[in-house]
Amino acid sequence: MTSAASSDAGAGSVTPPAGAAGARTVSVRTTLEEAVLPPLVALLIALVIGDLLILSFGQSPGAVWRLLLEGTWGNAYGFGQVLYKATTLVFTGLAVAIGLRAGLFNIGAEGQLAAGGFAAAVAGLLLPGAMPALVALPIVILAAAAGGGVVGAIPGVLKARFGAHEVIVTIMLNLIVLAVLNYVVASHLHTPETLHTPEIRAGMIPRLSGFSTVFHGSAANLAILLALAVGALVWWFLFRTRGGYELRAVGLQPEAAEYGGVSVGRTWIRAFVIAGALAGLGGANFVLGYKHYYEDGFTGGAGFVGIAVALVGRNHPLGIVLAALFFATLSQGGLAINALVPKTLVEVLQGIVILAVATAIPEVRRALRLAVRRAGVV
Amino acid sequence: MELLPIFLVQTVRIAIPYLFAAAGGVVAERAGIVSLTLEGFMLTGAFTAVLGSYYTGSAMIGVLCGVLGGLLFGLLHAVASIRFRADQIVVGIAINLLAVGATRFFLQLAFDSSSNSPRVAGLSAADLGIATGLLSSLVNPLVWLGLVTIPSVWWLVYRTPFGLRVRAVGEHPEAAASVGVPVARVRYAAVALSGVLAALGGVYLALDQHQFTDSMTAGRGFIALAAVIFGRWDPVRAGIACLLFAAAETLQIHLQTVQAIPSQLVSTLPYVLTIVALAGVVGRSVPPTALGKN
Amino acid sequence: MMAETALRLHDIHKSFGPVQANRGATLDVAPGEIHALVGENGAGKSTLMRILAGMYAPDTGVVEVMGRDVTGWSTAEAIAAGVGMVHQHFMLVPTLTVAENMVLGSEPRLGVRFDRERAVREVEALSARTGLHVHADRLVADLSVGEAQRVEIVKALFRGARILILDEPTAVLSPAEVDELWNVLRGLRAAGDTIVLITHKLDEVMEVSDAVTVMRQGRTVHRTATRETSPAEIARAMVGRDVTLAREAAGRAPAPPTGGVALEVRNLVVAGPRRPRAVNDVSLTVAPGEIVGIAGVEGNGQTELIEAIAGLRATSAGSVLLGGRDITRLSVRERAAAGLSHIPEDRHRRGLVLDYSVADNLILGRHEHFARRGVLDRGAIASHAAERIAAFDVRPADAASPARSLSGGNQQKVVIARELGRDFVVLLAAQPTRGVDVGAVEFIHAQLRASREAGKAVLLVSAELSEILALADRIAVMFRGRIATILPRDRASEQALGPYMTGALDAGAA
Repeated sequence: MTSAASSDAGAGSVTPPAGAAGARTVSVRTTLEEAVLPPLVALLIALVIGDLLILSFGQSPGAVWRLLLEGTWGNAYGFGQVLYKATTLVFTGLAVAIGLRAGLFNIGAEGQLAAGGFAAAVAGLLLPGAMPALVALPIVILAAAAGGGVVGAIPGVLKARFGAHEVIVTIMLNLIVLAVLNYVVASHLHTPETLHTPEIRAGMIPRLSGFSTVFHGSAANLAILLALAVGALVWWFLFRTRGGYELRAVGLQPEAAEYGGVSVGRTWIRAFVIAGALAGLGGANFVLGYKHYYEDGFTGGAGFVGIAVALVGRNHPLGIVLAALFFATLSQGGLAINALVPKTLVEVLQGIVILAVATAIPEVRRALRLAVRRAGVV
Repeated sequence: MELLPIFLVQTVRIAIPYLFAAAGGVVAERAGIVSLTLEGFMLTGAFTAVLGSYYTGSAMIGVLCGVLGGLLFGLLHAVASIRFRADQIVVGIAINLLAVGATRFFLQLAFDSSSNSPRVAGLSAADLGIATGLLSSLVNPLVWLGLVTIPSVWWLVYRTPFGLRVRAVGEHPEAAASVGVPVARVRYAAVALSGVLAALGGVYLALDQHQFTDSMTAGRGFIALAAVIFGRWDPVRAGIACLLFAAAETLQIHLQTVQAIPSQLVSTLPYVLTIVALAGVVGRSVPPTALGKN
Repeated sequence: MMAETALRLHDIHKSFGPVQANRGATLDVAPGEIHALVGENGAGKSTLMRILAGMYAPDTGVVEVMGRDVTGWSTAEAIAAGVGMVHQHFMLVPTLTVAENMVLGSEPRLGVRFDRERAVREVEALSARTGLHVHADRLVADLSVGEAQRVEIVKALFRGARILILDEPTAVLSPAEVDELWNVLRGLRAAGDTIVLITHKLDEVMEVSDAVTVMRQGRTVHRTATRETSPAEIARAMVGRDVTLAREAAGRAPAPPTGGVALEVRNLVVAGPRRPRAVNDVSLTVAPGEIVGIAGVEGNGQTELIEAIAGLRATSAGSVLLGGRDITRLSVRERAAAGLSHIPEDRHRRGLVLDYSVADNLILGRHEHFARRGVLDRGAIASHAAERIAAFDVRPADAASPARSLSGGNQQKVVIARELGRDFVVLLAAQPTRGVDVGAVEFIHAQLRASREAGKAVLLVSAELSEILALADRIAVMFRGRIATILPRDRASEQALGPYMTGALDAGAA
């Protein structure tokens, strides 16, 4: 008697299935809006504040914005520079994003980037000059990834093993890595009268200007293809592999991942090593593709802008590529507008965009959840 | 023997910015708000102090302007983190970048320079018309203010109703709210205070050098944060950490001629010690429970 | 002059998103009485009391205290009006002292200073006056659970509470501490205070209350004087039908003994968050085709025991054997491969990745079988999901929707579909029906019975004695980390198990 009653109730009771398909479209649309709206809001706020700052300098906003676009997407050199700068930012953006996907805040991209560049330069110096590019390139690129990966591993291990908070560790590690590299280069490895290493002998990445004269003079190089390929690879890893499934589970709910047989600590270390390697690859863009040496301070904050790139790109490789182009445009555009307003305007805007996105994300989420709730009640 | 007083005075001078900023960091973090922003607060304070001193010719008005600059950025941090519940780490990074960019932009706007401001009135012995000498730097009232900041903040945190509430909202905000403590308001006050205190550190730097130079705080805010963590979120211990870090720096200046240890490596000492502390090698380092949680 | 009612909450409605916590709840409490507010988990008791304490504002309805309309007031106003709440999860700051916690929010001052000495003095004075002993200078972090609760009560009184709300106060207390609490409450009643006691334990209602209000699914369904009612009547009102599960199960013949041991736990010792021996030398066996139920007041080591068997918590001593094989040192993944399935007690925290789709949740812990050389097989995952969703009637039947969007019952079905859908020997089922609707409860019970019929070994932990009595073949009672007794089903009853659950009897110690 009991079992008959229970099977009855089991079929008859629960939530009515009506509107399931409708609910799903709502949820997909909401997810998209949740991803896209905050950056748009932030852009709008940055534009308004930018206008005010430009007016404070006695210039016309329209003229400045026009100049910014002309100096970047409006000519081949500017566009080449945007591509060059975006290349590094794709790598550092991915490095931050992979951490965030695993629930880790990687503020160490700056140090990982520097270490990657340094390792690539040292590898390029050690290789014989006669080595064919097809052999040398994989070696120096791997060296870049390894250099960043080693630095990335440190916060991962310290968190997994000792519970040391990765934010503070990576901040401190940035300062340590930069100081140590500064010491090594200045005391042991520099070309006289400079703060950079000698030029590498092998493993240069060809510039785009070698293929098309329109890019003449710009630093854009084939590392951009590496960036796009790595971006696609990261997407595939995150959403199509067992490792990505585990990494995202750890990031969303570590205790559920643990229940599902995933080692949370090991996943943290793995994520940090991958993140470090990604940032390290960014060093290849400058060292292998542009200057052919490691120079003190070449990172120029690209590791920190990577945080902005990951944030605006919503931790998705496609979004990161777009966000990298945006921030590269801002950075290069600063040089273009310098005739009218200080180029540091773009640094202000950069900070505002990050602040506004960070502020808008929870706000948009709340607003959308409220809207969905209302729609659900009606 | 005569080296010792020089060493002590130099240590104190170097420690003052750290003491101000670390005191601010302790207050904000004890209230549960992450203080990655100390660096930005310092830089802003340094710049607005120079602006004020330059346009009025009065260093005291400069100090006031520095305080206002820190207050402004502190409130920005508070609104984003408390009202909008933005991720405090991201907000911290944004505010630091914003401080660098904004000071550069307005440096250009005000002084038409990308590197430094003109010389402004300061607070050192020479400014105040007192004879120079070893102890001259101790005439600066900001030095004394910096030294009393740590005991004052200790008193504030452990001996006043406000301090009790700060500790409660940083540890268990729901419990504080359940007995009618206005959690958001306490946090606003704590973050604003941290902005003012850290800015005073920047003010000291700028007025000591009589000018603002681009990115002049050079990571001091992070050293102060390191001191907060190394001091396990206690004002006195954080103050001692500041003095320790400053002593190491002084030592390094003196050893520079000897070339015993490379200065770059000595400068990383606070960071290395902080990582060591976080890894629990020198005892468990437990932050306020609600730190960074929205 | 005394108001006729101390409290009056009338027709309260309160929703949180799609969840309607209160939909027509009413409560009348006379001054100077101990009033029990009872109902099953999720009946809306806590929400109603939080509305009274000013933590939530009701969507509609009226709240009156001492005849005054106070609808939508704040916590500060509630405290000022003498309404104090003792929460189930203590609202105490562990890093502050007892006295500091007492005065927080209305600190005595000496100039601009916090007058710590006065705070200590006043707390000690109140402690002496009420006979509720607390150490004013001790850190809350150093207190035992019973002491912390006493501090909570004193804290409410310190703030002038004349109306005291206690939310499930006995869930974490030992029997001796419970008796002490009753004495405290009777003392307060004698002093003229009004007390609302939230509980779902009927013996508590009968023992201490003057009147009782029963809630079910957000509504008030019954109100009566305690001496005019019986546990059976209250239970009927709580559940909405005759509670006969236990008796029906009793009539069922015990499962045929199939022999052998599927799961064996030997002298297991496990450290918990509070106690170094949360599980203290526990031994038990589960045979194939058998359900062994673990009864007991929550917090007596059940969680730690299950997590240790599942590999989620380190053991200090002892061993776990699955089919005779020692799995004590194996990882979670290796245990799963050895044939262990686990319905965790907290599906929101452990059982599901709420932002993953239903399909992705259905492979959690088994995901390596859906990957070829590290690459996920999306086709296999989708067809697996479609098959599981159909077999376990998960609604909506949409494999792509996030687990977060499902109702509690359907979320639990996803967990069960995953854990029962694999090849397993032993099933750990911890609080399998917590927070799910009645229909889903019966479905889940049927699934557990089906597992037994299929020759699986099931170790069931539940806070609901009725659930254990309805399902288990043998019943173990855990008290303070030990197995107090193990009784066969036909000798077990609420009356027989009760003394073991409260520590009054201990077969193991004897």
